[in-house]
Amino acid sequence: MTPRGARPAPDRQPRSEAVSVQARNHTIGLGNRLSAWLLGHLHTIVFSLGRLARAPLATLMTAGVIAISLALPAGLYVLLDNLRTVSGQWEQAAQVSLFLRQDLRLEQAQAFADEIRSLPEVDAVTLIPADQALEEFRRTSGFGDALNALNENPLPTVLSIQPRVGVGAARIKLLVETLGSRDAVELAQLDMEWLERLFAMMDIVLHAIAIIAVLLGLGVLLAVGNTIRLDIENRRDEIVVSKLIGATNAFIRRPFLYGGIWYGLLGGLVAWIVVSIGMGVIDDPVQQLTHLYQSGYQLRGLGFGGGMSLLLLGGALGWCGAWLAVGRHLRAIEPT
Amino acid sequence: MIRFQSVTKRYPDNAEALSSVSFRLGEGAMAFLTGHSGAGKSTLLKLIALIERPTQGEIEIDGLNLAGIRGRHIAHFRRRLGIVFQNHGLLMDRTVFDNVALPLVIAGFRHQDIAKRVHAALDMVGLLRHEKKLPVTLSAGEQQRVGIARAVVNKPTVLLADEPTGNLDPELSREVMHLFEQFNQVGVTILVATHDIDLIRSLDHPALRLDHGKLSLDTELGSAAE
Ligand SMILES: Nc1ncnc2c1ncn2[C@@H]1O[C@H](COP(=O)(O)OP(=O)(O)OP(=O)(O)O)[C@@H](O)[C@H]1O
Ligand SMILES: [Mg+2]
Repeated sequence: MTPRGARPAPDRQPRSEAVSVQARNHTIGLGNRLSAWLLGHLHTIVFSLGRLARAPLATLMTAGVIAISLALPAGLYVLLDNLRTVSGQWEQAAQVSLFLRQDLRLEQAQAFADEIRSLPEVDAVTLIPADQALEEFRRTSGFGDALNALNENPLPTVLSIQPRVGVGAARIKLLVETLGSRDAVELAQLDMEWLERLFAMMDIVLHAIAIIAVLLGLGVLLAVGNTIRLDIENRRDEIVVSKLIGATNAFIRRPFLYGGIWYGLLGGLVAWIVVSIGMGVIDDPVQQLTHLYQSGYQLRGLGFGGGMSLLLLGGALGWCGAWLAVGRHLRAIEPT
Repeated sequence: MIRFQSVTKRYPDNAEALSSVSFRLGEGAMAFLTGHSGAGKSTLLKLIALIERPTQGEIEIDGLNLAGIRGRHIAHFRRRLGIVFQNHGLLMDRTVFDNVALPLVIAGFRHQDIAKRVHAALDMVGLLRHEKKLPVTLSAGEQQRVGIARAVVNKPTVLLADEPTGNLDPELSREVMHLFEQFNQVGVTILVATHDIDLIRSLDHPALRLDHGKLSLDTELGSAAE
């Protein structure tokens, strides 16, 4: 065995070589060093993805946990968002009915209607005189004879107010209160109370979704953290050897952190696909339902922005989970 | 250069593994470290590699006082050392090339430089044709030589070896020692822990002898470069 070590070539002088290496490290430009640093990171990114790909089942299981945790709140949120859009359209169908006092004369009622018509919140006012209301009721209800037996018209004059499109619920409510306190008005009624209840419920649901999302997010942290912890445990020998030959903690951390990001991105991607498929599945029944209401509502999915948000969120959660595990467990592994 | 000044190492639960050990190994020198099992050979090497810290005394490597090296400076210090383990310490899921390249990757070398140096190191230990193999497919002697190539690829100034021939037959052991001598000829300071007395006798290098943590005599070992 004669390796070429015995050759006393000058370039094999380690000390002068060490010096020249150092000198080279100092003279390579910032740009070069930056690109070397970038290349190092790029290498780690690809390398950590390769590690995941070599254990596809375990990787998919972790990504699956993340995907479920992300898809559930994301799907619920998309549904709620659609419901809010739909009910927002209903809000514009809200009507205010003013039942005027019995003793009010028609001219007074007309003047009042004109006054209301000029309010900025109001689109249109329809005056339904008591006589006309009675006539209509007589025709449509079939109680004509019974009504004939009454001496007086029991129905009041009614002003039906159509709020302008885009006026919010709060302002309409205020309008009802102001008009309701007027002398001429017996009763002011907003045909929207059920809608308000719906809004309140949706608000509660939104909060519930937020809580679920936070809890599931913590779940993702723990899932990724645990996977990375096992990863670290499996690579104990490699970590020890690397530390012995001069790896910094940052260097050893890096592939695990990128691993966490990969898990998260993969989970986010699967969640995106799951939510999209789910929306596709319920699109048909929704079409049928909205067809019944003649509204032809088009279900809104996650969209590109929403999907990217899922990816980013997954990546960020994966990174955080990995960071938690790495911080705790890498320090404990030292060569002995 | 390696200098120990009254170094004592006491493990938490134990008697002294090293008792007031003093010696100096000049730059470019090569020496053996011998002694019975439990004499403290591994402990002495671990102190140099900053795996353990001395209870008392001072250690100086290449003019650096090790007591002052802490935190992330430990990693940078270790890059000056080449360490050969008894159980070779190779990563079984990486190719021979990747194993040898690891110190260079860690030190942040550029891709082209890494390939050049790894090939040179593998050529030196006569394993260039095995670079794409996984370590499990190599014999024990070949694995040990991969470990040596990894230890020298970053051109260390100090090479430490802890029973590098423990698993090898006499023929292979001699080959490994010849490799160390070749690195020593190009100026690397080398300290090899072994209890293979026959092998030590057959080679012309001084031996530090540990007995229950004590060095037989305070030793000044000359530099082979002189
Ligand atoms: N981590 C440790 N904790 C406690 N005691 C230890 C530790 N490592 C070594 N020792 C003790 O220190 C003494 C020296 O051990 P060391 O490993 O340095 O011996 P050695 O000369 O390398 O032996 P061998 O030839 O068997 O490898 C032994 O008595 C051992 O039991
Ligand atoms: Mg030992």
